[in-house]
Amino acid sequence: MTVLENTPSAVLVLAIGVLFATGVYLLLERPLTRVLLGFILIGNGVNLLILVAGGRAGSSPIVGNDPAGEPMSDPLAQAMVLTSIVITLALTAFILAMAYRSWQLHGHDEVADDVEDRRVARQAAVNAPAFEDADATETGASLDEEAAEVHDDVADDDDHADRNDDGIPDRLQGRRRERKEDDR
Amino acid sequence: MTLWTVETLVPLPVMLPLFAAGLTLALHRFANVQRIISVAALAASTAASVALMFAADSGPLVVDVGDWAAPVGIDLVADRLSAVMLTVSGVMLLCVLLYSLGQGVPEGEDEDAVQSRVGDRIPVAIFHPTYLVLAAGVANAFLSGDLFNLYVGFEIMLAASSVLLTLGGTAERIRAGSVYVIVTLLSSLLFLTAIALIYAATGTVNLAQLSLRLPDVDPTVQLALQLLLLLAFGIKAAVFPLSAWLPDSYPTAPAPVTAVFAGLLTKVGVYLMLRMQTLLFPHNDLVDQILMVVALLTMLIGILGAVAQSDVKRLLSFTLVSHIGFMVFGIALASEAGTAAAIFYVVHHISVQTALFLVVGLVEYRGGSTSLDRLGGLAKLAPGLAVLFFVPALNLAGIPPLSGFLGKVGLLTEGVRDGSGLAWALVVGSVATSLLTLYAIVKAWNKAFWQAPPPEIEPHVPLPRGMVLPAGALVGFGLLLTVVAGPLYGYAERAAEASMDGRSYVEAVFPDGAERGRGESVEVAVEGGGHG
Repeated sequence: MTVLENTPSAVLVLAIGVLFATGVYLLLERPLTRVLLGFILIGNGVNLLILVAGGRAGSSPIVGNDPAGEPMSDPLAQAMVLTSIVITLALTAFILAMAYRSWQLHGHDEVADDVEDRRVARQAAVNAPAFEDADATETGASLDEEAAEVHDDVADDDDHADRNDDGIPDRLQGRRRERKEDDR
Repeated sequence: MTLWTVETLVPLPVMLPLFAAGLTLALHRFANVQRIISVAALAASTAASVALMFAADSGPLVVDVGDWAAPVGIDLVADRLSAVMLTVSGVMLLCVLLYSLGQGVPEGEDEDAVQSRVGDRIPVAIFHPTYLVLAAGVANAFLSGDLFNLYVGFEIMLAASSVLLTLGGTAERIRAGSVYVIVTLLSSLLFLTAIALIYAATGTVNLAQLSLRLPDVDPTVQLALQLLLLLAFGIKAAVFPLSAWLPDSYPTAPAPVTAVFAGLLTKVGVYLMLRMQTLLFPHNDLVDQILMVVALLTMLIGILGAVAQSDVKRLLSFTLVSHIGFMVFGIALASEAGTAAAIFYVVHHISVQTALFLVVGLVEYRGGSTSLDRLGGLAKLAPGLAVLFFVPALNLAGIPPLSGFLGKVGLLTEGVRDGSGLAWALVVGSVATSLLTLYAIVKAWNKAFWQAPPPEIEPHVPLPRGMVLPAGALVGFGLLLTVVAGPLYGYAERAAEASMDGRSYVEAVFPDGAERGRGESVEVAVEGGGHG
């Protein structure tokens, strides 16, 4: 079996590395548009990776085109890259739509925290005084209370009838106040 | 070759829903025609899956798509494992579809009243095509005998699920959808990276050929590839360190959508892990040990999360995460009996978890909320609903003689037989998790179904029959799994045996000997491959 010479070109490998690194950095951001850019960058990085996996370029991959026997390029890698480009395109369109909708609703496209999750965390903060960490000596907040900081628009949009403005059910509010006074 | 052979059945679970999706999209103005097409397509593909399940029992069925033989062309393979997954997912998809129809057309009520109670009516015109595409994607993932085609099936499924999750585009769903979409994108990028590296290492993406070539690859590279794939599938299956997205994003979707996601999407991840661990990377003790630790953490942390919740949907989402741990446990045991128990558990869990989410949808309809603080007295107000909740809930916790109990007994027996320290830790962890599951659902039961009903809940609201019957049918299906547990477990054991062995799979794909398919053009393609 003839084996193609497939030591990858250093430029491609470097490009893949840069695309992945910048992509990961952007994926860790909160705004959806930056996440999207990160996704596109990594997506292209992966496409290059598939191309590299297919080995060096050769003659065009058509049977009988080059009877002299020069090795052909690998058509499968190209087919896979094409497919993955199409998929990336479709998902990009979807995320753009979602970012636009988010902007329509809130005026920005940041990924918000889960309200219910925060509510459970806040209840934990109310019910059980958590251990104090180093920050707590400065801010007076326990770890659980810090966890309960809400970064969210949905909570503000919704009108929770039985909760006051920081989202804690009324019956728990009293206990929380008592604790705050104790802290003072 | 005659036109109709038993192999003709193999592509049907992918093709029928996909064609129907196109049709329903074209006919989006005719809601009733859409409904008929969707139900017919899913019913037919489920029937095909059932037939496949019996046909595949005598050996894997292979179809070369486009009549290009395997290593060059893409093949669809229906072995026992695929067929049983297809069948149970088909039944479940059909029940959920019927349920969503029932939700869309309430009996004897105008639409505004329902909208104010349920809060979200499903826009049917978009729902049907997307739902069918989802079904096709899942079927493609189960049937694919080619790693890249598997990725495509995975993407079809994920794209459809993203649309379903953000249906209507309300603030809450866009929030949940963003988290979901980003996480799934990350997992598919990892998957694609793994495919690229596997292709670089072996020069093929055909699963059967991979199972022949991977053992020759350097063990360190093998380990890297295996871990990368497990990472990608682990995100999708929501095993512990990668599970935080699930309870965040699932509960906000409409009840039928949550039910499908909970029942199916995570199980596709589990199926893929099962397939990789048995066919591509058998016998790697280090990875098995990692998986055991992961399984233990998934079980315990998931269920502790469930105990803390005060919303039924979120509670169930956490139990979902927790019970994925049981399946990973079975996979990590890496023995025939362990794999068989994992397969049986997957089948059981799909039916039970979906049924529970559907019933919770009914609870929301009846009580106007899923928050345990606002529900109460439903056992008196809606006794039928109470029964529908109680049976799958006990099944989930693993009360004998239900199917959950049988699956757990299988896992525990094999864990004890394995006898290593980790396996014993998992046995103890499984029992503790089962007890905590019981605690969590009994808490939900006490708060939602007992106690005095709060005044907000109207005393007389008839539940729409269109929603109750499919939910009941799925609960009944769960009970049926208990009744036929003997033959089904036997089937799972044969599936596990064949998967662990792997030879029947490879022989079915390459009937004319290893590395060579049935086509003429194979030689050229092998030379063209980027072989390292």
